[in-house]
Amino acid sequence: MRHFFTLVRHEIRLLFIAPPTYVASVLFILLMGFIYWAILRSMTLVPQDTSAITQFFSLFWLPVFFTVPLLTMRSIAEEKNQATLQTLFSAPVPKYAIVLSKFFAAYLLYIILWVLTLYFPLITFNLLSDNLSNASLVNASEIIGSLIFISLSGILFIAIGIFTSSLTRSQLVAGMLCFTFLFIICIGGQQLEYATYNYFAQGSFFFEGIQYVNVIRHFEDFSLGILDTRPFVFYLSISILLLSLTVNMIDSEA
Amino acid sequence: MKSFQTSLIKAMDENISISVNNLSKNYGKVSAIKNADFQIKKGEIVGLLGPNGAGKSTTMRILGGLLRADSGSATVCGLSVADNSLAIKRKIGFMQENNPLPEDLRVMEYLKLRAELKEVDSKKLSTEVRRVMDLCDLFRTARRKIIRSLSKGFKQRVGIADALIGSPEIIILDEPTIGLDPHQIQGIRKLIDSLRGKYTVLISSHILSEIERNCDRVIIINHGRVVAMGTKPELSEEFIKENHLRLQVSGNIESLITRLKSAKEDYEIKEEQSEQNDYSTIVIKSTEALDISDYTEIVNQISHCQLKGINLIKPDLEAIFLAATKRSWEEIRIKS
Repeated sequence: MRHFFTLVRHEIRLLFIAPPTYVASVLFILLMGFIYWAILRSMTLVPQDTSAITQFFSLFWLPVFFTVPLLTMRSIAEEKNQATLQTLFSAPVPKYAIVLSKFFAAYLLYIILWVLTLYFPLITFNLLSDNLSNASLVNASEIIGSLIFISLSGILFIAIGIFTSSLTRSQLVAGMLCFTFLFIICIGGQQLEYATYNYFAQGSFFFEGIQYVNVIRHFEDFSLGILDTRPFVFYLSISILLLSLTVNMIDSEA
Repeated sequence: MKSFQTSLIKAMDENISISVNNLSKNYGKVSAIKNADFQIKKGEIVGLLGPNGAGKSTTMRILGGLLRADSGSATVCGLSVADNSLAIKRKIGFMQENNPLPEDLRVMEYLKLRAELKEVDSKKLSTEVRRVMDLCDLFRTARRKIIRSLSKGFKQRVGIADALIGSPEIIILDEPTIGLDPHQIQGIRKLIDSLRGKYTVLISSHILSEIERNCDRVIIINHGRVVAMGTKPELSEEFIKENHLRLQVSGNIESLITRLKSAKEDYEIKEEQSEQNDYSTIVIKSTEALDISDYTEIVNQISHCQLKGINLIKPDLEAIFLAATKRSWEEIRIKS
């Protein structure tokens, strides 16, 4: 564990001196700010069934497509390219500690970025508290449910980023691979459900299976305050599998 | 008697830092190391020599716990490398070939990180980093510099400082002088000299003169096999069968050559007498021992022939290296 914390500090330092981190952060804040503003604007024009914060978090997949690749593409690909992984291996550090430290550093930054977006409803609440009801802007249960989902799905998304970064020496290729995997995970499940809607009976094994891998459906449950254990198993098991594969990948580098 | 033998074996084991027995490693069908056998004693500085692709780096990487051997065994400070890869990393400071360093960090930041990873006591961390920076002459000039901005020589110093952190028992330096200019090479040489007696050092290099000056013993690897091992006099005795004597003479050289021919001496004229040189250089080769006094007498017996200089030519490491690798190539050719 001693090495793990040392490496996490080192990885966070590396992330803060890497230009892609700042590009990802600025793009993330700008895009999410714009999305929140657009949701508020639409609420003033047409009555909405769902609150602003639920609509806001339901678009979680949009920033994921560029934030996760930008935060993770460098992590192992760059080390492989500069051969600095070999230098790390020469110290008495277990390989899983190297992978986990890279994962946690990127995950921490990812969560910080999402927590920063809570300023949007807070600012709006302070400015418009006379005009809008509290529940439509800041609903604690919806925020907590959405944040639990963001944190849980973030584990898988960052694990995908770390894994794809271990597949290549090129940051660019790692970023593109990560985007492709994330697109399949986020959009693929939903599209599969739409495509097979008429072929499988609701409640059947196949339909349940397809729903089980639909990330967007998971969000809908969480935002309603439904904490099902199955998504936890889904996200954590795949993340552990991907991180284990990453350890094997860097082991083969030695 | 038995207990005496046991204690003798134990004492011998304690005196050995690195022991390699029948070590082999293949990359697919290519054999990188074949049944390598050698031992390195505590406090020795040993040079690992060999042509490109001979298996030097592979051997070093196996000893450093970075690579697993296919067969055979290697022990470092009495610990099996295969079974204790993390434990042996605590006993070895390893500078790898091309010395890969994180370019974005400052020298001090990097060395502190390495000290933490090498489990240096947190209270002694700053003192230890300062010690290795002083040893490698980095503290005054480069401690705050970003590694990317350093010259090749300073980067090598950072790599060596990294290897020295935590005072490991063994230092492995893979090509520490590669790509350096003569001044930088001299600096690194002095640095390695300063390690004598404190650490067991294993160095690989292509610069034979560096190995010759720095190392107590040399191991020559060719085609994955250890083809020679020993001190320079031992190796020259094994591989250099001819003795060479250099005569510098002026005047009646023809008479001297006639005398050498009549005595059936094998000789070679290296430099002719010219306007620039007022003497000729003749190198006499013999498988027998050559005596300076005999040849001084021969020259003095010839009229109008003056002896300007006479000395035995000692074979350098390059000659030994070429002879050892040539012999191993010939053996491989015969086998195939």
